[in-house]
Amino acid sequence: MPEWLIDILITLTKIVIVEGVILTAVAYSVYAERRVSAFTQNRIGPNRVGPAGLLQPLVDVVKLLMKEDIVPAKANRLVHALAPGISILVALSTFAVIPFGDKILLAGREIKLQIADVNIGILYILALVSLGVYGVTLSGWSSNSKYSLLGGLRSSAQMISYELSMGLAVLGVILINGSFELDTIVQNQFGWKWNIILQPIGFLTFLVSAFAETNRTPFDLPEAEQELVGGYHTEYSSMKFAMFFLAEYANVIVASSVITTLYLGGWQFPYLQTFGLPDMLVSILQVLAFCGKVFLMVLFFIWVRWTIPRFRYDQLMNLGWKAMLPLALANLVLTAIILTLFKT
Amino acid sequence: MLTQFGQVLIFMIIAAGFVAVAFIAARLIGPKLPSKGKNSTYECGEDTEGDTWLKFNVRYYVIALIFIIFDVEIVFLFPWAVVFKEMGLIAFIEMAIFLIILILGFVYAYAKGDLHWDKPRPVIPALDRQIFKSEI
Repeated sequence: MPEWLIDILITLTKIVIVEGVILTAVAYSVYAERRVSAFTQNRIGPNRVGPAGLLQPLVDVVKLLMKEDIVPAKANRLVHALAPGISILVALSTFAVIPFGDKILLAGREIKLQIADVNIGILYILALVSLGVYGVTLSGWSSNSKYSLLGGLRSSAQMISYELSMGLAVLGVILINGSFELDTIVQNQFGWKWNIILQPIGFLTFLVSAFAETNRTPFDLPEAEQELVGGYHTEYSSMKFAMFFLAEYANVIVASSVITTLYLGGWQFPYLQTFGLPDMLVSILQVLAFCGKVFLMVLFFIWVRWTIPRFRYDQLMNLGWKAMLPLALANLVLTAIILTLFKT
Repeated sequence: MLTQFGQVLIFMIIAAGFVAVAFIAARLIGPKLPSKGKNSTYECGEDTEGDTWLKFNVRYYVIALIFIIFDVEIVFLFPWAVVFKEMGLIAFIEMAIFLIILILGFVYAYAKGDLHWDKPRPVIPALDRQIFKSEI
């Protein structure tokens, strides 16, 4: 086989495996959300389909496929169909640059456990996160319904407000590492040097902004049920609704992976390389460490949703502009000062 | 040899394929029984009242404008952050001047009240007589 064909085959295999794993994880995070919410509210939750309800996501997909796709007569049909597609595509595509492991040696060939080691990884992630606003805004506009429009408006204002503090928080990490490459950032977080220890304020601002960007409680005003029915997806049904739903959970998983990569050491497990284990085992353990960290972050997202009540809109905007933005700026200036004073 | 962005493109194409397959499957399997009532705009079961394009708070525009200013600022900060360690003190001073100007702008917007959102003042319906009189 020629060399280029092998390269393409390896890439394709990696992509198919990663996308399969993400979609399964998204389906099961819906299940996890329902189980954890039931546990929090002292209910049982879905437990009938399969052992402990583990087949519930499959049945849900079949149910959503069998539903009628209702498009309101007044809606703009093209944009109405396009919006959920944009949402889910943007959420999934972010995964293309996240490193989920170190290199492994397989049949004499070095395979990087990351789909594309783009040299502007962080910019790519931030760009795609900004594109996510389009899906929500377009769905709110095209449905031609008051609830949708208000939900879309709120959501776009909220997302752009918190995008600023997110970008500023990331700048602290870039200052320390001097690189946009996610792989380099993870490599630099060996031992105890996780960025959460070096950048505690940055971590906090990034975490809060990530919650706001994914429209999760306590920032879920775009779909506040009591005032806006379903928010921007009021007029959606069947697979289009499912796509918005999948996009929400895909965003949660993406946000968890980005937080893990930037602040929690990515696939690094402290001092694992010094134990003298075989290389293959170390690589597998590192991938497992990454998955474990992401799993814990997703659980944290769910835990927060069922514990903390929703903000009022003025509280949300005040927090974003008057607390998060100055805090992120202060963190940036502080990091720059410390780096100038204590040059290593 | 694929470039890195080529791999990203393949990733996106496969993701788009998944979305397309899901949409087409839903179209083939799902029933299609449209009716006038079903296709009307949702408004809690009532007939729709007035125009959808209602007036909304002008603050959304102000927020969007301030966002653009600060987003451009952050775009300028990114290349600075990458070379910061190599350039040292000069980079720090230059960016300090840039940041001070922008923080002044932020303080101005703050003081002018452009970032302020009004607290809702709920009107509690007043009763002219007490329904439950306290015994004590």
